Amino acid sequence: MTRRYSAFSLLREGLSGQKGWEPAWRSPDPKPRYDVVIIGAGGHGLATAYYLAKNHGITNVAVIEKGWLGGGNTGRNTTVIRSNYFYPESVALYDLALRLYEGLSRDLNYNIMLSQRGMLNLVHFPADMEMAARLTNAMQINGVDAELLDRDQVRAMLPIYNYGPDARYPVAGGVLQPRGGIARHDAVAWGYARAASRAGVDIIQQCEVQDFIIEGGRCRGLHTTKGEIRADRVGMAVAGHSSVMAAKAGFSLPLISYALQACVSEPVKPILDCTVIAPGAATYASQSDKGELVVGGALDRVPSYGQRGNLPVLQGVVAGLIEMFPIFRQLKLMRQWAGIVDVAPDSSPIIGESPLPGLFLNCGWGTGGFKAIPAGGTLLAHLLATGQHHDISRPFDLDRFANGRLIDEAAGSGIAH
Amino acid sequence: MTGFRLKTGGEIDRARPVTFTFDGESVTGFAGDTYASALMASGHMVMGRSFKYRRRRGLWGAGVEEPNVWLDITCGAGFAPGRRATTEPAQHGAVTRAATASPSAERDATGAFDWFGRFIPSGFYYKTFMWPDWHLFERHIRAQAGIGTVRRDFTDVPPADRIHHHCDLLVVGAGPVGLAAAVMAAEAGARVMLVDEQDRAGGSLLAHPAVIDGQAAPDWLAAALARLAAAGARVLMRATAFGSYDHGLVAVNQRHDDGRSDTMWQVRPHHVLLATGAIDRPLPFANNDLPGIMSAEAALVYLRRYAVAPGRRVVVATSNNRTGAVAQALAEAGVAVTLVDARADATAPAGIALIRSRIIEAHGRRGVRSVTLADGQRIDCDAVLVSGGLTPTIHLYAQARGKPAWDAEKAAFVPGSTVAGMTLAGAAAGQFTLAGAFAALPEALAPLGLPLAAAPVTGAAPRYEIAAMWPEPGEKGRVWIDLQHDVTAKDVELAARENFTSVEHLKRYTTLGMATDQGKTSNLAGLALMGALTGRTVPQVGTTTYRPPYTPVPYESFAAGRRGVRFNPVKRLALESAHRAAGAVLREYGGWLRPAFYGTDDSAILIEAKQARESAALFDGSTLGKIEVMGPQAEDFLEFVYYNSIRSLKPGRGRYCFVLSETGVVFDDGVLLRLAPDHFIVSCSSSHVDGMRGLLEEWRQDRFDPSRVFIHDATQHWATLTVSGPQARAIIAGAGVEADLSDDVLPHMAIGAGRFGDQPLRIARVSFTGDRSYEISIRATQAAPLWAALRQAGSDHGAVLLGMEALTILRAEKGYLIIGKDTDGTTLPQDLGLTGPLAKKSEEFIGRRSLILPDAADANRRQFTGIEVTDGLGPLPCGAHGVEDRDGRPRSLGYVTSSYFSPTLDRPIALGLIERAQARQGEEIAFQHLGQRRRGRLVAPCFLDPDGGRLHG
Amino acid sequence: MQIFTCPFCGPRPETEFHFGGDLGNARPEGFRAVSDDEWSRYLYHRRNEKGAVREVWMHMTCGELFAMERDSVTMEAAPGHALHGDAP
Repeated sequence: MTRRYSAFSLLREGLSGQKGWEPAWRSPDPKPRYDVVIIGAGGHGLATAYYLAKNHGITNVAVIEKGWLGGGNTGRNTTVIRSNYFYPESVALYDLALRLYEGLSRDLNYNIMLSQRGMLNLVHFPADMEMAARLTNAMQINGVDAELLDRDQVRAMLPIYNYGPDARYPVAGGVLQPRGGIARHDAVAWGYARAASRAGVDIIQQCEVQDFIIEGGRCRGLHTTKGEIRADRVGMAVAGHSSVMAAKAGFSLPLISYALQACVSEPVKPILDCTVIAPGAATYASQSDKGELVVGGALDRVPSYGQRGNLPVLQGVVAGLIEMFPIFRQLKLMRQWAGIVDVAPDSSPIIGESPLPGLFLNCGWGTGGFKAIPAGGTLLAHLLATGQHHDISRPFDLDRFANGRLIDEAAGSGIAH
Repeated sequence: MTGFRLKTGGEIDRARPVTFTFDGESVTGFAGDTYASALMASGHMVMGRSFKYRRRRGLWGAGVEEPNVWLDITCGAGFAPGRRATTEPAQHGAVTRAATASPSAERDATGAFDWFGRFIPSGFYYKTFMWPDWHLFERHIRAQAGIGTVRRDFTDVPPADRIHHHCDLLVVGAGPVGLAAAVMAAEAGARVMLVDEQDRAGGSLLAHPAVIDGQAAPDWLAAALARLAAAGARVLMRATAFGSYDHGLVAVNQRHDDGRSDTMWQVRPHHVLLATGAIDRPLPFANNDLPGIMSAEAALVYLRRYAVAPGRRVVVATSNNRTGAVAQALAEAGVAVTLVDARADATAPAGIALIRSRIIEAHGRRGVRSVTLADGQRIDCDAVLVSGGLTPTIHLYAQARGKPAWDAEKAAFVPGSTVAGMTLAGAAAGQFTLAGAFAALPEALAPLGLPLAAAPVTGAAPRYEIAAMWPEPGEKGRVWIDLQHDVTAKDVELAARENFTSVEHLKRYTTLGMATDQGKTSNLAGLALMGALTGRTVPQVGTTTYRPPYTPVPYESFAAGRRGVRFNPVKRLALESAHRAAGAVLREYGGWLRPAFYGTDDSAILIEAKQARESAALFDGSTLGKIEVMGPQAEDFLEFVYYNSIRSLKPGRGRYCFVLSETGVVFDDGVLLRLAPDHFIVSCSSSHVDGMRGLLEEWRQDRFDPSRVFIHDATQHWATLTVSGPQARAIIAGAGVEADLSDDVLPHMAIGAGRFGDQPLRIARVSFTGDRSYEISIRATQAAPLWAALRQAGSDHGAVLLGMEALTILRAEKGYLIIGKDTDGTTLPQDLGLTGPLAKKSEEFIGRRSLILPDAADANRRQFTGIEVTDGLGPLPCGAHGVEDRDGRPRSLGYVTSSYFSPTLDRPIALGLIERAQARQGEEIAFQHLGQRRRGRLVAPCFLDPDGGRLHG
Repeated sequence: MQIFTCPFCGPRPETEFHFGGDLGNARPEGFRAVSDDEWSRYLYHRRNEKGAVREVWMHMTCGELFAMERDSVTMEAAPGHALHGDAP
């Protein structure tokens, strides 16, 4: 069986009909007990399992998934990766993720196709350049690559933007993070799943958590549709369904679940290199390697678990896209979809022990969870392995809502997540 | 060159030739042709290249299911990339090229990719390109992707219309079943809309002759349309119902094909009937992608509608009993036909050679030349027509959360669970004979609750019989499943081997069904093979989620003309034209278009700021919020709303106050005016009017008696013209304003009344400049004469017109802050040095509890401060951060929020939010901007006239 | 496009409405007596239920708050009702 992925193994398998590849991951039945059980085989859950094994040597681990791995927001997002954040706490978190992403293909031996073609936040009006400078300086001081571009520099980089006299949102400049980019979202889930599975982690798909086993005021495991699974510590990374899980465990969370839509165009030849966001148009876009324009915008305004989008927001996003890029009026929308995102009041994640001892949280990523997967996994693994916060996750504990230390990026930078 | 035009027949207009070019070669068809039918009639076989392996591809379908042939079309001034050749009407003079090939479909430069196919199976890119770096490979792979090329100079797409439509019944699909249903409902009195994606009604009748109610199909069709018109039904052709959305909304995109943009219909029917038909599937055999191999149903459409035959020696291969009719029709057209039927008990129409077998391999290079059957026979041919069986088109049903059910006898997913407000009929409902579909119509229309006439009748047809043929594990050769994305049976096997066995993993790993055709012909075969490989049935494998749109929809249909200023209209001043006439440069501030400065360039700003201090300035402050709060509970209400205590505010006076959010953060500031004991005006910031109105309403209704306190937003009813400066009083008097402006009657922060001509005025002695200042409010429609009079009087006193940019300098000289600029989303009132109310106010107010959370007492909070430049290098860049170095690394202490050169003080000034600024007054700190360091000293925010003498000067 | 029914104005498109939070999220009174936890629960914690929900909405065009029962999965929405029992 061929285990390792490389050009050479691909060549060899090509000569023998691709018949020797081993499964990317095993599909075992659950054991009755594990050291750690993680609920949710999305990017964060799988990455947690991988880093438990890699960083802490803990391999007696199960990841429980209601559906199929990577099928939630990990497989529904617009694949943007960036760390252009304002507050040091956020930068520490998201740049940890970006640095791990930068080595992830080789680390996992799985090409996640990280394409660092730059993340460009446009600035529309001269007065807004002050806020852009504030963000650029914050990033630079926090040790993240950032460039403040003027109008001509943006124009050279993004010639297809709407620079016409009637443009509703003209360009005064921009903030560029050259290391920002996109990756292949499914590959991130599959790469972590494969690497975790090889390290001994059991990934249990089609297994729904029915309830928590709570004994002596502590979480001791789970009742699932595949039986009782006990564990010393339980991690939870279920994004939009975090409140539902929390209710089963007997507590509430400061979260609201919304549908976040995205859409792709029919694929066309390369026309857009970087990922670009126009705050005025409330729309952002990139072009995938397949050629599709991947486009997103604001949340649907109605709290929802519906996992499908509605027309008014989509119409606004599409109007935003072709206001940004009038040449895209030539194109058609090919597919729209939505994910359920759990939004915290400050739009920052919640990482830490839950009110139920023994149960640890990784949630509240809102619209930006994909870019943080390696960090979310690293930090939750640290918590599960040690019972203690990593320095980077401490500010994101649930206790910040009681003591008022919210980490609200929009508050400081004027740019929402 | 195999396809050819028959001498007679079809719906084309042979009197009107249509000539266009395809890959540089001239092609002539007729009016009524699609590009596909014209190309086929002219003998073209290779019309595109496959996505990944660059294999030669010809037409497969005749409609929206087409996976292979995509064109970049330039026609007159218009341009469209990557359009499906089977659904675009051929236009005279058009220049088309294969969107998937370069330089041409025949001679694609990357055709050799196919030779390496065995090394690049599904997902190969996940397994390699990691060393040395993905970026080295990516651009070459990107260059290969994409169907069609966006033209960088073409934006001339007219705005689309969007139409909202309500009706009793929306029928999707104007085939015989949809038409019959529409007629029955409309004649029973329902308001009916009937939509169909084709350019003419008829659906399957256009290819399959039938006798309905004793009439030949064309006559019945014409009569049905006439009856619909008579009954007032609305019939839209070229209209694709592409999406089913919440609360019963169906989105329909209507094409015009005449240079206009499409029209988006948002239809909200009481009931939807889907009569969307079914799509024929391919058959699995090696090389089943060769040009010349096409859908038998499609071939019949080309024959009947466009009078085009696919070849002269044709093999018709099928798994079901619907295809004999295709063979017969071709034979009647003079084509030599061999019918290959996989069913053991198959029969053939009279005169058709029948072989009970199935194709296992097709041969040929540029196109199919022969096929090998399971029994070893080899048959030469120039076209192969295949029918793998019907797949009902249930997309809208599934989008509306309908759960498809597997019908093993029909080998198809058919509607399962019921969906409120939606029924299906005809082939979409799995009713594959017309007689059966008609018979089921009364039930499908029963939810309308109307007395319906009888459904049409037509001759009985044999029931649908199929011996389903799916790709099987271990297929020899390359059996193609998804033609557009080049997914073969081997790819599905690889996915199974690697444990990508869930249907969504299969789709994503192999990209099966993810191309622009969205798997209309391919998904089922992939599921069936995956089932066979993993010991599951097709329904156990399940389907992927159906997502809108059913077929791709132009972006402009969604945007519907929301572009330019209409994308998000700006608010405009009543005096905009007067400002323009005075040379104002207008910019957007908080959603309002306002004068930034008056003059040709921004050197005007400093002149305005200086002159305003020396003599006077006129400023249009109309955007200032004016929300009236009235009623016996108004005082209680505002005492709760405001951070500051307002009970002591006397009628006729104003007070500068803060409003907090419940999180304690400063939400807005402004002067609260008390006109009478129970009548206030909240003058909130220009950009916060909507937010303040919402906040006030929420608390009014949540906490107070809504019948005892009222809110009325009068912001846009009043223009507010501000006269500021030492000469202000003289200017107002000189302009003919009747009012007592003496300091006894109208001291600072007092409100007075006055008249201008017959117009009442409200005059507030409020200052945002630090100088003596009067805000004169007048009905917005009457503002122009007053502005003119003030300007006239002002010119005698050297008054200057003040734009927003100069105003911000004036207020910064005084240390007056702008919420959202000099504060951020964490700023508490104590950070601004305003601790009085927190200490003294005994009553509850919005956000109060948040002001005593642990974080509010943090010693390191960022606090509002003035900053004096100490390095002599001019103004600090706004957005620079105060920094300290700790362990050799910079750490941000906060940031410069406002920074200007003050012409009055003749030096730079700045404001900022800096850690512990209140305790560090007088300290010099470093500032960093784009890597450069500067220095500045933390000082009191007020740089000019700290005693406030100028307010009275 | 969802249709919500304002008790004062009737059925209107969703774009005219603003989500106002859980029905019955009462503000804890007496700032000195309220604990940090209680306050943060009121400010931030939400039921965020999957399925049947009871919420407060504002119809922005008329400015009225009202209560609405919805299903957060199917998005079915019952007609809203006035909070003060004074709907016409």
